Amino acid sequence: MKALGNLSSIVIPLLIFFIVGYGYVSKVKVYETFLKGARDGLKIVVDIVPTLIGLLVAVGMLRASGFFDMLGGFLGPVTEAVGLPAQLMPLLVVKLFSSSAATGLVLDIFRTSGPDSYAGLLTSILMSCTETVFYTMSVYFLAAKVTKTRYTLTGALLATAAGTVASVILARMMV
Amino acid sequence: MLNAIWAVMILTAVLYGAFTGHLGDVTNACLDSAGEAISLCMTMAGVVALWMGLMEIASKAGLIGKLTRGISPFLSFMFPRIPKNHPAREYIATNIIANVLGLGWACTPAGLKAMEALARLEAERGNPEYLSDAGSRRAGSEMCTFLILNISSLQLIPVNMIAYRSQYGSSDPTSIIVPAIVATLISTLTAIVYCKGKDRGGVRS
Repeated sequence: MKALGNLSSIVIPLLIFFIVGYGYVSKVKVYETFLKGARDGLKIVVDIVPTLIGLLVAVGMLRASGFFDMLGGFLGPVTEAVGLPAQLMPLLVVKLFSSSAATGLVLDIFRTSGPDSYAGLLTSILMSCTETVFYTMSVYFLAAKVTKTRYTLTGALLATAAGTVASVILARMMV
Repeated sequence: MLNAIWAVMILTAVLYGAFTGHLGDVTNACLDSAGEAISLCMTMAGVVALWMGLMEIASKAGLIGKLTRGISPFLSFMFPRIPKNHPAREYIATNIIANVLGLGWACTPAGLKAMEALARLEAERGNPEYLSDAGSRRAGSEMCTFLILNISSLQLIPVNMIAYRSQYGSSDPTSIIVPAIVATLISTLTAIVYCKGKDRGGVRS
């Protein structure tokens, strides 16, 4: 299934070609506009530097303490039967609450297993196809002052579960 | 939320490390990780700046506005009971397109506006819970649908993941784009089917 990867490699060039071409034809000052957007992008990254330091330190400390190995040894035999490496279990749980905390765990998986390993590919796809359930719900419902959320949580967890299953199948096809 | 998670992670690490005699490793890890965060941000800065620059062109050229208008049929399908000219539609459209394009900074403000507008819609429908600020409110069906769609993830190009993958030495950082799109479609389709089912049930009862 290398085709999945090959198709992926042409998406970005096509997108860049289309956006710059469309912008130029529409008489947008493409280069100056690009610079303005890039400057805003840099500001966003500068804003997340402290977050990344805080979370990478926390995850790095947890890994070094041997806690993840203990957890992995405990959960591994169960989860690996369904195609989920044990090291992904903390990620699956944390991801429901906070995407930045999850990012710390993702980078830890990339560092220890490599982004092109099965665990790395699965993590990459998984993180791309779901959002933080509880964080999104609390922030959005707060805006509407809603306290009874009815079937939202069930639906959100169902969508997350479907994305997780799809990720396992797709990651298996890629290795 | 993050306060609790962060504190639990740090405290667990030190306690567990002390019990298992790994405190030396824990010390090294916290120093190394802090440095690693900075080198990661260098890679991130390049990719995110590039993406935001391109998106600025797309926005100036009217592409994003076109996309927002283009999903109107989809909105009518998902939210049939929001009047065509209601401001909630516009906010929902902006939020969805920003999500699809991975413009994280543009999603949340539009999303929150959409929720406020949906609350106003409930008040306009004469829902007593929404006429005053007191008491507890039940989520309207549109709110449930909007949130489930949002959480199912709509992002097409996982820009951040690509940046992380390239920082950690992936031989092909963008190889996940198509699988990610397929997985996103599956989670979003599940969300759509579930919401339409629930919504229909809600109307009947």
